Amino acid sequence: MGGYQTSIGQVSVTSILIFSIFVGITLAITYWAAKKTKTTSEFYAAGRNITGLQNGLALGGDYMSAASFLGIAGLVALQGYDGLIYSVGWLVGWPLVLFLIAEPLRNLGKYTMADAMAYRLKQKPIRIATSVGSLATIVFYLIAQMVGSGSLIKLVFGLPYELAIIIVGGVMISYVLFGGMLATTWVQIIKALLLLGGATIMVVMVLAQFDFNPIRLFDEAARQYGDKVLLPGGLVDNPIDALSLGLALMLGTAGLPHILMRFYTVPDAREARKSVLYATGFIGYFYVLTFIIGFGAMVLVGQNAIRQVDSGGNMAALLLAEVTGGTMFLGFIAAVAFATILAVVAGLTLAGASTISHDIYANVIRKGKSTEKEEVKMAKKATLVLGVFAILLGIAFKGQNVAFMVGLAFAIAASANFPALLMTITWRSFTTQGAVASILTGTVLALILILLGPTVWVGLLKNKEALFPLNNPAIISIPAAIVVGIVVSLARPEAEARELYEEKKVRTYLGVGAE
Amino acid sequence: MSWSDQAEFKSLVFKKRLVTTALTLSMSVGYFGFILLLAYNKACLAQKVGDHVTLGIPMGLGVIVLAWLVTGVYVWWANEVYDKEANKMKINWANDMYDQAAVAMKIRKGA
Repeated sequence: MGGYQTSIGQVSVTSILIFSIFVGITLAITYWAAKKTKTTSEFYAAGRNITGLQNGLALGGDYMSAASFLGIAGLVALQGYDGLIYSVGWLVGWPLVLFLIAEPLRNLGKYTMADAMAYRLKQKPIRIATSVGSLATIVFYLIAQMVGSGSLIKLVFGLPYELAIIIVGGVMISYVLFGGMLATTWVQIIKALLLLGGATIMVVMVLAQFDFNPIRLFDEAARQYGDKVLLPGGLVDNPIDALSLGLALMLGTAGLPHILMRFYTVPDAREARKSVLYATGFIGYFYVLTFIIGFGAMVLVGQNAIRQVDSGGNMAALLLAEVTGGTMFLGFIAAVAFATILAVVAGLTLAGASTISHDIYANVIRKGKSTEKEEVKMAKKATLVLGVFAILLGIAFKGQNVAFMVGLAFAIAASANFPALLMTITWRSFTTQGAVASILTGTVLALILILLGPTVWVGLLKNKEALFPLNNPAIISIPAAIVVGIVVSLARPEAEARELYEEKKVRTYLGVGAE
Repeated sequence: MSWSDQAEFKSLVFKKRLVTTALTLSMSVGYFGFILLLAYNKACLAQKVGDHVTLGIPMGLGVIVLAWLVTGVYVWWANEVYDKEANKMKINWANDMYDQAAVAMKIRKGA
């Protein structure tokens, strides 16, 4: 590993100890939660007893992944300013979730995204279509997280890749299977607190060396690496691509099934609203921290040292932890990163299992006639299957570059899930056929255009020229999904969908009769 | 006439749509304005505002602050204005439902 000395990659007693404590505590919570997880409302929605603040933290826990913590810090450390562009993009979707989605979703739905659409559209087709969009989003996100976690744990703890994946998968399955939403929520809350706390301590230690003046940190970075690190660089060369990525990040956040599902865990729309306020606060604060951590690593660790340990820069935050706080603090931050991965995959798996058991099994196959007991049983089976599937996919994609799959997940969420959901809530003439056509257009187009774009077609499949010029398809696939939804709805009106829209308007806006 | 056709309710829905649309637009203009500057006018963001610090840094952080701001404004409006009107309306709605039920009971007894 060249000249730079670091204990990263060695089995660290501190990090294993801290991580074991985390797993121990969260499994104890799962044991406690399991006793309270019998009914469907308990399994999917934690009995709707989570407060706005708790849910705000849990939303942050679901959203702040190891990729955004280590990835953005690394990007800033190696490229400087450009990392901020991503941080901003990951945050700006949250106000939209608040303005357009959170409250009506809470008032209209029950457990899944599809619930908030099936109230006025025909059950079977709409649930099948939304399941396609949701599961596609979840599976691609899950693969990216699993592969990332295996590589990260191998790099940080020196554990074999497969073993790391099996540990992550196994612990995550236990949370969801036994503790349902209640255990998953508490795992998210603890992880969010650890991550925010750890990052805050690191920033304080960095800034302490610069008289608590971030400007001095930036000046020092410019002195060492030139003014270019404080300037927008090559990340946004193609304006259309930059806009397209911006759209995908902004609207994709409002279409992530595991995020939307969290709004059912609070008692009412008012608490749902409060939870987004907290989430936006925490997530924005976190991205400001990662920006400073990135510059701290650039200055205090040095770009060469960061590249020596991992050429992508993913270890920047961990190296900085070691430089500022020694091996103990490195162990702590490494354990937090591990916990972060666990929490995110748990949230994704729960959302996927709910789609399978609630939308497909209970409402499509059994046509709403299954008992609570049967549905919970199916949800647990789906959790087990999805968890094992995630482990196998994680192992199958070992060593592959799967970073594009996060972009793909956001593109599908933004193109398939968000437009159909928004039109269902706000447009009276929207129809079942319009929704199905819109969702399928969004999913298929996002998928195909990513495959034909530069990242996959040229980067992975080694073709000479991309058949589609953009890295992100959102600027095409979102408008296409909207137009198809509108045209199909206007071409074949659905009187029933219109009547139900009017009938349920009081529920949408006042929350009368909400679950 | 269905309940959702009442003028009071309709005006509340209209107000909510107005507020959410305006705030969505503010957030989008702020964010996409930033992206377009990055894409088309890097020189603007490269201007120095300190010894080395460029305008791009406060601008980027400004978008994060804008996200906090619009979120805060909405939650304030929704808690202080919207919820109060909505709660009043909910009581009216419940009374109407009660009256309708009472009428239905009378008809049934009469028959």
